[in-house]
Amino acid sequence: MSIRHGLLALLHRQPMYGYQLRSEFEATTGSTWPLNVGQVYTTLGRLERDGCVSANAGSPAHGGGGGSEDPQGEELQKTYAITDLGRTELTLWFATPVSRARRPRDELAIKLAMALVAPAVDVAAVVQFQRTDTLRALQDYTRLKTKAEDGELSWLLVLDSLIFAAEAEVRWLDHCEARLARHRPTRVGMVVPPVTTTQNLPKPVPS
Amino acid sequence: MTTASGRDSQPVLQLRSLSRDHGTGATAVHALRGLSLSVDAGELVAVMGPSGSGKSTLLALAGGLDTASSGQVLVEGADLGGMSRRDLARLRRRSVGYVFQDFNLLPALTAIENVSLPRELDGTPARTARREALAALTDVGVSELADRFPDAMSGGQQQRVAIARALVGPRRLLLADEPTGALDSETGESVLRLIRRRCDDGAAGLLVTHEARHAAWADRVVFLRDGTMIDDTGRVSTVDSLLADGAG
Ligand SMILES: Nc1ncnc2c1ncn2[C@@H]1O[C@H](COP(=O)(O)OP(=O)(O)O)[C@@H](O)[C@H]1O
Ligand SMILES: [Mg+2]
Repeated sequence: MSIRHGLLALLHRQPMYGYQLRSEFEATTGSTWPLNVGQVYTTLGRLERDGCVSANAGSPAHGGGGGSEDPQGEELQKTYAITDLGRTELTLWFATPVSRARRPRDELAIKLAMALVAPAVDVAAVVQFQRTDTLRALQDYTRLKTKAEDGELSWLLVLDSLIFAAEAEVRWLDHCEARLARHRPTRVGMVVPPVTTTQNLPKPVPS
Repeated sequence: MTTASGRDSQPVLQLRSLSRDHGTGATAVHALRGLSLSVDAGELVAVMGPSGSGKSTLLALAGGLDTASSGQVLVEGADLGGMSRRDLARLRRRSVGYVFQDFNLLPALTAIENVSLPRELDGTPARTARREALAALTDVGVSELADRFPDAMSGGQQQRVAIARALVGPRRLLLADEPTGALDSETGESVLRLIRRRCDDGAAGLLVTHEARHAAWADRVVFLRDGTMIDDTGRVSTVDSLLADGAG
């Protein structure tokens, strides 16, 4: 997740205070990725160092103005504005597809691969537990979606992304189940691994 | 839990140890094996499972279109098993609405005629049936299409009319078999929203779908495999407690 570019995009709209950026970021992404205010100021510091934003003391409307004696207060008083260099970086970000290779590795795929080679794991059960859990998450997203107002377009978009990703995972799990059934027929209805053989295995359901 | 008190406290649909076999001996197909499920008023339950797992069989039994080999189906407390053909037909007209993937509207009838027909067949005077049909069409947001024929409507509009027909008058049980199968993603979602809303208004819904995104509109999602229910999102997963010792 690029906080850096997210902040640039918000500043491209208008200059803002740091804490204001935090709430705008969360309003846009629906608090899916909560930011702490420290992350915002650290990122703004780097952006300022790189010449992508400029900081001014004073209100966002006027810019400039006198400084404050209190360093904490001074930080809060600063407003940030995007620079030409910042606009160039932002344009580049929007113009560059997000590389699949640079995304985090899929823990679930690794888990299933490991479950297949580990002795005494009921892989079909692992698949089923995951599917039920992902469906529950999907139910939660859907409930959030019904609550979201039509005006919250950004948030709806983010929710849809979560929904589509969860749906893709369920489809992939269906596919895994069908493949497993072809290669390793299991007893119908067997969903719980026997306690004795699984006691020392990691939990199949991520907490 | 079933008690003798009050119509509203009992589930609209109860399936008890339901089995359906086709054929006998070595070639027998066990489409459903001892399945139990109940759906309350206001509740939407989704059924998922691979092709051939028994989903359509389940809906057909729930709607009295097929007969169980063993077990019971109760609709608003009435046992379908003990009914004459005539009573069964009446119960279907009064209580049960079906929605299919291909909408299934009668092409020679307008929207409002499609919706009022089951009420008229049930002996409701034409004028009353028409009023009920218009109310049902209004509930699904297509009252302006009342006088259109199905072939002059989009798929999404036809499905809305089908849902109106399914829940016209006193009907409270909605059985939907892949109702979004023929619709694009956005239209499919609007149909799901509508089914959800009709259930929130008091209908009981049983929805078969292979799309997780659509199943997620339900209060519970149950998974079928080989005629058996293998999981249910409404049930607390047992695996945590089972493996808690080892996982620490
Ligand atoms: N009339 C029938 N005669 C024989 N087998 C049938 C009949 N109807 C359904 N089946 C079998 O019962 C099983 C369940 O079918 P169905 O309920 O249609 O599954 P689904 O809707 O989940 O795809 C399948 O194996 C199917 O072939
Ligand atoms: Mg089917």
